[in-house]
Amino acid sequence: MTQLTITNIKRPGSDQLESVTVENGVIRGWNLGDLGDVIDGRGGTVAPALIELHAHLREPGQTEKEDLASGLAAAAAGGYGTVVSMPNTSPVVDDPAIVRALIEKAEGLGFARLRPAAALTKGQKGEHLAELAFLKEAGAAMFTDDGRTNENARVLRLGLEYARSLGMVVSVHAEDASLRADGVMNEGPVSEELGLPGNPAAAEAARVARDLEIVAQTGARLHVQHLSTARALDLMREAKRRGLPVTCEVCPHHLTLTDETLRSFDALYKVAPPLRTQTDADHLLEGLLDGTVDCLATDHAPHTRAEKERDLLEAPFGIASIELAFPLMWTRLGERLGLEKLLDLMTAAPARVMGWPEPTLEEGAPADLVVLDLETEREVNPAEFRSKAKFSPWAGEWLRGWPLLTVVGGKVAFRREGEGVE
Amino acid sequence: MTGSSRPRHLLDFHGWTPERLTALLDNADTMAQVLDRPVKKVPALQGLTVCTAFFENSTRTRVSFELAARRMSADVVSFAAGASSLSKGESLRDTVEVLTAYKVDAYVVRHHAAGAAHLVARYSGKPVINAGDGRRAHPTQALLDAYTIRQEFGTLEGKTVAIIGDVRHSRVARSNAELLPKLGARVVLCGPATLLPADLAALPGVTLTTDPREAVRGAHAVMALRLQQERMNAGYLASLQEYADHYQVNERLMREAESGAIALHPGPMNRDLEISSDVADGPRSRIVQQVENGQAVRMSVLYHLLVGRE
Repeated sequence: MTQLTITNIKRPGSDQLESVTVENGVIRGWNLGDLGDVIDGRGGTVAPALIELHAHLREPGQTEKEDLASGLAAAAAGGYGTVVSMPNTSPVVDDPAIVRALIEKAEGLGFARLRPAAALTKGQKGEHLAELAFLKEAGAAMFTDDGRTNENARVLRLGLEYARSLGMVVSVHAEDASLRADGVMNEGPVSEELGLPGNPAAAEAARVARDLEIVAQTGARLHVQHLSTARALDLMREAKRRGLPVTCEVCPHHLTLTDETLRSFDALYKVAPPLRTQTDADHLLEGLLDGTVDCLATDHAPHTRAEKERDLLEAPFGIASIELAFPLMWTRLGERLGLEKLLDLMTAAPARVMGWPEPTLEEGAPADLVVLDLETEREVNPAEFRSKAKFSPWAGEWLRGWPLLTVVGGKVAFRREGEGVE
Repeated sequence: MTGSSRPRHLLDFHGWTPERLTALLDNADTMAQVLDRPVKKVPALQGLTVCTAFFENSTRTRVSFELAARRMSADVVSFAAGASSLSKGESLRDTVEVLTAYKVDAYVVRHHAAGAAHLVARYSGKPVINAGDGRRAHPTQALLDAYTIRQEFGTLEGKTVAIIGDVRHSRVARSNAELLPKLGARVVLCGPATLLPADLAALPGVTLTTDPREAVRGAHAVMALRLQQERMNAGYLASLQEYADHYQVNERLMREAESGAIALHPGPMNRDLEISSDVADGPRSRIVQQVENGQAVRMSVLYHLLVGRE
């Protein structure tokens, strides 16, 4: 029997200091006294551990960028208890044996829990469906061809129908590849002024519109990844009004950065879909507030420093952000969203998208917890990141909301030493 | 960068005031006089080393810069990416840091990616002159264009410059569209709709049209842009013949311009595609003068960035 008590913590919306005891991976109860190992929560706010539906952990095959150990440690440091990893690794996660191997390896690490997504099609090539039933049995959390954008609509339709029969979610990177072409940033006045090839908003909207029609035809569950444009959001709003079984996510970087950042010509800001305009970011926030956007996801996409120090045409797409997603959202948008809503978007909402039980702090619930310091400002110092990507668009910014402690399955997965609340 | 401070680099015209740009063009007059002497050399940059870092092939621009530097007594080292470690995956930053360790005092950078010259400036900490980065900017070309127009009319104030062709992929067009309005001129960008990004209309002092006759009406200078023939295969054009029929800068089109209008081309030309030979070789052409002026303008830029600094 393992027992752990976290003292001096507050539940969201309360000023009362309490303690929670977890035992054998579940919450045994509140204010039971100092049972088992005792950790001082230093006055932080406790919440269910965050859930990430969209992270690139790069294992197997690209472990110079990230691996399960660094990625899941980074996730735990960001307050996440569960991470859905993307299958665009080398080899692609399209084989049940790879799914099993990843889960088994992650379990031994003691950081965040891994729920690998598997490819929808073999090799993510968009041609032949992967062995979806076997992949589900092996533990795949969802199916997605992710950055390979399902150009063949018929194959996507078949995948959705098959996934529906398995009760599984299919998630899509909604960008029309032919419209996106060689675009490296949002197409608009800034891209034209900078002379950089643009990726038009229509590339996202056109693909979302197509995919929503396929959902209407099949009735299958579709999750649209990292929406970036106002227009695509409007399409999602309309689809939800029609009652289609669709969900969508947005990422912290699309809410807090715009295409203006590319004036630095720094490939740190090169991401797919691209950083859009302030108008788009404002619409995404509205979508979060009115419920059109279901949840937040990071699209944590680490690369090596050398790759990101290339020019903007050569450098790869992606921002690594899993370690500071909550502090970033809390500091920048906490007032607009409120704590309760923000926590929902990063805990219960992703669970609802996946059809998983909603995490709670009640007795008997799984002991996946995070203790957040909502008050102390700390500087973003990428050198301290657990991720291998030790650089960040937000380096040097002062943020609040840093996790002090992350508990996964009743065990400590991350603990921040040093200063904090109290 | 404040209006009065002296820019450290010439990456584009951001931070360059009209006064400083005018001083730079005035100084090019002095440099042109040097080039007219029997001994075309002054000691202004003696002891300094200029590196021409060309990550993209170019002979004309590199020769122009190297001669400009040598005529001012600088040592010149040239770096070509084809033979470099970049092909082995070294980052741009690594390459620049190695070059900087060799005590280079300034860089002239040509690169296929927009913004690469900015990165060289950031990583080297030395003055950088952008010699063309992707579609972004080619500021010394724009300066020599401005210099050539000014030579003709005495001023750019109130002048109209029509730039016709593949605006979408043209760093020359972008740099001219940024520079000329700062010096009081109006710029009309013209090309087939597929090669004329509507978003460029956001630039101050710039208008767009797909009609070349409308573009040149009232123009004092008409610049034809080089058309890359592969644009046709990429779907931007139906055929080169159709393009030439509609957008070629020829005598017929030049007759619509101001009576004393001059014709410009950044080179190298596709004769009888984007410009007709009768215009290129005719009395309105200032294409040879552009090339000649390029050297004086580049000397002026080097002088401006390297002399009188701590």
